[in-house]
Amino acid sequence: MRSGELARSQESRETVGDYSVPDARMRCRDVEVWYGDKRAIHGVSLDLGRNEVLSMIGPSGCGKSTFLRCLNRMNDTIDGCRVSGSIQLDGEEIYDRALDPVPLRARVGMVFQKPNPFPKSIYENVAYGPRIHGLTNNKTELDALVETSLRKAGLWDEVKDRLDAPGTGLSGGQQQRLCIARTIAVSPEVILMDEPCSALDPIATAIIEELIDELRANYSIAIVTHSMQQAARVSQRTAYFHLGDLIEVGETNQIFTNPQHRLTEDYITGRFG
Amino acid sequence: MTDQTPASAPNQRTIDAVNTSLKRRRAKERRFRRLGAAAVALGLLFVALLFTDIIAKGHTAFQQTYIKLPVALERAQIDPEGSGSAEVIARANYLGIIRAALREHFPEVTARRDKRALYQMVSVGAPQLLRDRVLADPALIGTTAEVWLLADDDIDMVVKGYIDRDLPESERRVKDRTLGWIERLEAEGRIAKRFNTIFFTNGTSREPELAGIAGALAGSFYTLALTLLLSFPIGVGAAIYLEEFAPKNRWTDVIEVNINNLAAVPSIVFGLLGLAVFIGIFGVPRSTPLVAALVLTLMTLPTIIISSRAALKSVPPSIREAALGVGASPLQTQFHHVLPLALPGMLTGAIIGMAQALGETAPLLMIGMIAFIVDVPAGFTDPATVLPVQIFLWADSPERGFVERTSAAIMVLLAFLILMNLAAVLLRRRFERRW
Ligand SMILES: Nc1ncnc2c1ncn2[C@@H]1O[C@H](COP(=O)(O)OP(=O)(O)O)[C@@H](O)[C@H]1O
Ligand SMILES: [Mg+2]
Repeated sequence: MRSGELARSQESRETVGDYSVPDARMRCRDVEVWYGDKRAIHGVSLDLGRNEVLSMIGPSGCGKSTFLRCLNRMNDTIDGCRVSGSIQLDGEEIYDRALDPVPLRARVGMVFQKPNPFPKSIYENVAYGPRIHGLTNNKTELDALVETSLRKAGLWDEVKDRLDAPGTGLSGGQQQRLCIARTIAVSPEVILMDEPCSALDPIATAIIEELIDELRANYSIAIVTHSMQQAARVSQRTAYFHLGDLIEVGETNQIFTNPQHRLTEDYITGRFG
Repeated sequence: MTDQTPASAPNQRTIDAVNTSLKRRRAKERRFRRLGAAAVALGLLFVALLFTDIIAKGHTAFQQTYIKLPVALERAQIDPEGSGSAEVIARANYLGIIRAALREHFPEVTARRDKRALYQMVSVGAPQLLRDRVLADPALIGTTAEVWLLADDDIDMVVKGYIDRDLPESERRVKDRTLGWIERLEAEGRIAKRFNTIFFTNGTSREPELAGIAGALAGSFYTLALTLLLSFPIGVGAAIYLEEFAPKNRWTDVIEVNINNLAAVPSIVFGLLGLAVFIGIFGVPRSTPLVAALVLTLMTLPTIIISSRAALKSVPPSIREAALGVGASPLQTQFHHVLPLALPGMLTGAIIGMAQALGETAPLLMIGMIAFIVDVPAGFTDPATVLPVQIFLWADSPERGFVERTSAAIMVLLAFLILMNLAAVLLRRRFERRW
């Protein structure tokens, strides 16, 4: 906290770089998040483009997860959490009183840090979302949807013979891909991922990274990661957060090769983090 | 080289220090383990003592003494018109028939006083049992059948050895005269202990040989069924609301503290409350499973709420996030994902609460369950008593025959308690999950 205060006094906290993109999928302006009296996000403006992967990096506790969870209103479930500012999905204000967060979360899916399949069968894990939203009319359609979702998540060949086996019995990487399949099954427009590989080994991580790149064709993806290599590998744009501020945002290449802000540079070069 | 010596010397010293302290630590650990084992052994010893005592005293109650006599079931006495109607057969004088059979078998007994003593060898319930027998098998009418007649509890006690035959007559409840008859019947093979079905089919009675636990069992069953029906949904609902939906503020804190307090309130207080509120204000009929269930519901609610909340807490938040993340509503999240995972824990808590309720006596005394009720209750609003209260009542009865029945009833109660707790343990084992 102390060093943060110091940095704040010495450096500009204005976002460096262009946070907006044309024809954005999600548009956030002056987003502030409070946990009780504590302000976790200070006026962040950031766009998420169509068919792009946006990575969010920064030291732990800087508010990456908090910001990500605003995008599908997962913060609603936390007592004492308040969000102000404007967040739009396809031009629609998601924090509008009239908007129901339940269908929103079908449009903005989320993959969590720790793989969290339901303690049910692989099939049920994927079929649950379509079923509660009534996306299919009969069992054949549902079977087909489960299959395509598992195929898109690159898991079909590994599990097609044991769809009735419990999802919790898969390996960590497979579980995370199952969670991705579960998210895809309700055809979201945006997929949020909060450090999806932090609990996985390097091989499983590589598979997921490849998958993220493929998913970009159909979805907008915002991914929080603590691995700068991962951000460099999978994302087109990168946002650097520091103590609740969005410090710098830009093309991933540019952020990693030519950061403009001193804090970004310090973080990239490993001087702190 | 010179550098190494000072570096390794303190090292060596540390190792020595660790070694000496290690010995002490090991000894401490051994001592602690022995202490624990001793505590467990002591506990087991007491349980074993309790069980041997109860079983030693109670096992004889599962058998009952009967006297076999040839009984003349003359048509003229039972069904003179030969109508075969159950009503007529039921009205016949079976007491007279049994007395005649006794006189027939002991023709030498003529004095009035002796005859009365002779008649008393057979239970006052015997005529009714004989009537039921004849009603069930009308073909017996007109024959002389060998019938096993239920013996009086004094005879039963002599046969089971609880009344010492060698005591001087003045100190013995059963006089020499009767003892002589018993010995004669024994010599003829006309006295036997048979399985005591009456104990399981009858309500209580003033006569030990006619007293059974069916009434108390039915009362306990109705009470517990209703208690479960009321307390489980209310308790689980309250737990879900408090744990998952209620805002965490001062009010919910107050409620939480109060629930924990209620769990520690002496049960007699719930009985007084039930007496004042349910009977006094709402006019619920006293001595009924209904009012007992209401009181026991109040009593078990805290247990169920607390265990249900613990069960909900043990469901990892990641499951809730997963469900909310695919667009399940909070209620769907609860009912599709959280509740199924928490249910075994909730059921375990409910079973333990029910076991407590099954053994509860004090509050039920306050709401009239202590009344002497012979009939087996057939519904929630029939006057009834429950197993532990029955035990209390029998333990208080002076007749020697009730001592063994008290212990036998305790055995039945313990059997149910063990079954319920076993079910709770198995349930927990079966559904235990690791995430
Ligand atoms: N549920 C919460 N209640 C209160 N404070 C929180 C909560 N979640 C996060 N915070 C605080 O908000 C800040 C940002 O947290 P977070 O978004 O989890 O950071 P990151 O994901 O970047 O590591 C931290 O200071 C953290 O302590
Ligand atoms: Mg985080």
